[in-house]
Amino acid sequence: MVSFVCRRLFGVVPTLLVIVTLSFFLMRLAPGGPFDTQRRLPPEIQRNIAAAYDLDKPLYQQYFIYLDRLVHFDLGPSYRTKDFTVSELIADGLPVSARLGLSAMAIALLFGISLGTLAALRQNSATDYSLMSLAMCGITIPSFVTAPVLMLMFGVWGVRFLGYDISLPVGGWNNGAFANLVLPVTVLALPEIAIVARLVRGSVVEVLRSNYIRTARAKGLPEHLIVLRHALPPALLPLVSYLGPAFATILTGSLVVERIFAIPGIGRYFVEGAINRDYTLVLGVVIFYAAFILLLNLAADILYAVLDPRVRYQ
Amino acid sequence: MGAASDTTAIDRAFDVPGRSLWIDARRRLTANKAAVSGMAILAIVTLAAIFAPLLSPYSYDATDYGVISCAPDWWPGSIIACRAGGQHWFGTDAVGRDLFVRVLYGARVSLAVGLIATLVSLVLGVGYGALAGFVGRRCDELMMRFVDVLYSLPYIFLVIVLMVIFNRNFYLMFVAIGAVEWLTMARIVRGETLSIRHKEFIEAARAAGVGRFATIGRHVIPNVVSPVVVYVTLTVPNVILAESFLSFLGLGIQEPLTSWGVLISQGADQMGSAPWLLLFPSLFMAATLFSFNFIGDGLRDALDPKDR
Repeated sequence: MVSFVCRRLFGVVPTLLVIVTLSFFLMRLAPGGPFDTQRRLPPEIQRNIAAAYDLDKPLYQQYFIYLDRLVHFDLGPSYRTKDFTVSELIADGLPVSARLGLSAMAIALLFGISLGTLAALRQNSATDYSLMSLAMCGITIPSFVTAPVLMLMFGVWGVRFLGYDISLPVGGWNNGAFANLVLPVTVLALPEIAIVARLVRGSVVEVLRSNYIRTARAKGLPEHLIVLRHALPPALLPLVSYLGPAFATILTGSLVVERIFAIPGIGRYFVEGAINRDYTLVLGVVIFYAAFILLLNLAADILYAVLDPRVRYQ
Repeated sequence: MGAASDTTAIDRAFDVPGRSLWIDARRRLTANKAAVSGMAILAIVTLAAIFAPLLSPYSYDATDYGVISCAPDWWPGSIIACRAGGQHWFGTDAVGRDLFVRVLYGARVSLAVGLIATLVSLVLGVGYGALAGFVGRRCDELMMRFVDVLYSLPYIFLVIVLMVIFNRNFYLMFVAIGAVEWLTMARIVRGETLSIRHKEFIEAARAAGVGRFATIGRHVIPNVVSPVVVYVTLTVPNVILAESFLSFLGLGIQEPLTSWGVLISQGADQMGSAPWLLLFPSLFMAATLFSFNFIGDGLRDALDPKDR
């Protein structure tokens, strides 16, 4: 077990190296640089700036300088946001993005699992069909459509519900106040709920047909025990290996959601950085996300191996 | 029972035309209402996109400052600022261009991106996967390790970097998205290839002296077609979504050309005052994505009946 974890951890390193190398050289292919301005600077000043950021050295040397810094967990200074290092910028946005993403994930799992199980228990009934059609909507309607529609409904028009006027802020973060969280988290969670529900429905349907469920029925166990104790645990196993990709989707989705709702998270830095040619910032965010996803995939694999004794550690 | 009647019975049995997997699958597919309606909707959207210039008197890039953000004539509500009139069936956008034509031109771009990028992923994925699975051993391990590495890249970030670098090149977008989507295809094909690699007909081919690549091309790939077909129909909507995602971030198609993603993001900006600008592109896009998904699900059920 320990050697399995260690080997997988070492496997992460070359992958990360490929990602760093690929994104480093890709960024440099781009025409234009971070310090191009409307008015041309005097050549001496340009040289000074280039020297300060090592941009005057040959590209391969810059690459090794970057690697050296990276090994020391230093992502370098941001080229465009003066006086900030990339690590500071990421640390600044991380709590916001993490809060948004984790809330969305929790809600997606909660609703996805319960709706998927419900659909599977009522397989081929009207409930099943309507839930699965809804899930299809969730998958096909992109978040940049649901976001403005929800903003219009709950933010601009306001909705009366149980005698309360519900009116939610349509943007801003406000230190993560609950009201500010509701809309972006919903938008981010909707497609994920749909995917999880489809996944869970499929595997619950399969498990419910298996022999040990028939045995449990034959023993006369009450239905809720059969579902909760015998059917759900094995049925949720495939979900574990989906956790990695799920987080990747949520990160991608947060690029759009953070932009629409003007939320100061990491996703915003990335798009702005790419457009401004802020090499270090974009690289930093890509590497951060990649490392995060890699570790998450690793954690999911380990969890899977722990939960399912049939998986051998190879 | 004489011998003669036996032969005729056998003859008659041979007279019944054989039913191949594909004939069976087609029958099951045409019996699937969702899949059939999906195909019908897709055909209509495609034809409309192809013949867009014939369907409306307006051009996709001609502006008319007399009808800025005007509602179509039949749009309900009295607080609408203006009526587009004429043949603006879907109303007009913020610079007075006809939305109907623009939605159809958006369909051209979105469908083209979907198909071409899927084709790229198909060629790459099937070739790579079949080769890895067929050659096997260390080569397979190495090739699939490479796929694993690429798989863990946050790909949309790379596409964004690519789009920024190459200045929103139209063709590059096809390639970039396709080059990302081929990974799953390669995995599926490789798995299928592994499972048929030691079947008798492959051995027979080898015994008959068929070369390695000829075996892959003539015997392996035709036998992995059905999961590939299913995955292709599910890739197209993903690609269309990815394109619209890039367009929304301002990294996709550039004006005056348009795609559904661009139209939707422009519509979202004006949703409060001119909801039709969001409604029609969203409807078209959702209907198309739905259709592809229904066809994909239908194909899966048709080609792999044991899962029903």
